[in-house]
This record gives sequence, structure tokens and C-alpha cells, in this order.
Amino acid sequence: MSVTATIRIQEGDFDAAQEITALSKGRTDIGAVVTFSGVCRGSENGAPIAALTLEHYPGMAEAEIARHADEALSRWPLQGLTVIHRFGRIAPGENIVLVVTASAHRQAAFEAAEFLMDYLKTSAPFWKREESENGAAWIEARDHDDAAAARWSKS
Amino acid sequence: MKVKYFAWVRERIGLAEETVEPPADVRTVNDLIGWLSGRGEAYAYAFEKPKVIRAAIDHAHVKPDAVISGAREIAFFPPMTGG
Repeated sequence: MSVTATIRIQEGDFDAAQEITALSKGRTDIGAVVTFSGVCRGSENGAPIAALTLEHYPGMAEAEIARHADEALSRWPLQGLTVIHRFGRIAPGENIVLVVTASAHRQAAFEAAEFLMDYLKTSAPFWKREESENGAAWIEARDHDDAAAARWSKS
Repeated sequence: MKVKYFAWVRERIGLAEETVEPPADVRTVNDLIGWLSGRGEAYAYAFEKPKVIRAAIDHAHVKPDAVISGAREIAFFPPMTGG
């Protein structure tokens, strides 16, 4: 059976529970569902932040996520896959990103979710701008995110 | 060809997108960065550290030595910070 990933880039919020239900309702072939939710923190390096604004590259964001979703589907025996990434202004405590993976067994679901998050961080065209009492500033990319993505490269 | 800019590259240049017609000797992404940098202070500032700049041709990531002929849309942006 071929599995198609659900990919959405949206300004509005999402409901993780609803997305899990949409993926697994009425099915008996799924034994494991892994959900990762990325949430906006209220502080960065000890300093409070007011909000994040996420800029994205429409068209490429969808294409890049689809490319990695297809790779996840080819590398792990998944029964379902959902990726949602928000853009626009996001306040502390609000959702930013959701990855849901479903498989017969947990290992594939865990690994595929981690793989997708590592790649979302380093190759999906989104940029976070942080608002704090010192004004607004673009968040810098982190080397350890590149290292996390690199460990999935096939040698 | 259409050129798009994102995040602080867009802010420094002061444009989200524009249409440019570089001369024929501008062959690669790196050549295009060099040519754009010569268009004024704002461009020179945006591209002051070319090694930091990431590029995409027609919605796919490319390396600085990628050839730009035939590209419909080229984008320049800082390292991504989504997720």
C-alpha cells in the first residue's frame, strides 16, 4: 500500500490530537504513533521573548518538506505521516511545528520523526525572528542542528 | 530571471524580489552574488559574507558553483532556522 504524506504550511494553529485521529482512525495496521510538537519558548538564553515571527519561502517550503517526507517514507515502513509548519507571528506557548509518524512498530515511527525534525531545522526554508525588550533580531542557525541532520546522511 | 531574498538578506537589500538580467559571463550562483554585490551598498552589505549565504534554484537548494542558466527563480537567504 502506498502512503501519502500530509503536508501543510499554515498561519493558523493546529490540534495535535486531531491530527493523530485523522491519521489513525478506523485502522488496525498501526501499532505506534509518534508525535513531535515544537512549541515557542518564553525565553531564549535566560532572556524573556515576546514572540517569534516565522518567515518562509512559499512553494519551496512545501517542496523541501515533501522531499524529506518522501525520503522518510522510503527509508522506514510508515503507515502514515503528517507534517505541519506554521508561519507568521507566534507567541510563547503556541505551536510552531508538528510531525506525526505512524508505523506497525515504534522504532520506525521514532526514527522517522527524528529524521524529519532534524531536516526541518536545517533545510526547510523558514527563518525565526525573535521579539524581546531589546527589539527584534533574527535567530542564528546552530551548528549542532547541522550535526544532527548530518548523522542521517547515507554514506 | 526572478531573484528572491529572505530574512535579513531581504531586509538588507530592501526588496523581497526583483527581475534581473545579468551578463552572460555570470554563470554560477557565486558569480551572481558577486554581480549583485556590485549593484550598490545595500547589496554589498547583504552579501558581505558570501559563505554564509544559502541559495536555491527553482525551489531546490544549490551549492555556490551551481550553474544558473535556465533558472526561472533564484533565491538567496541566511541559514534556515525553522522547526
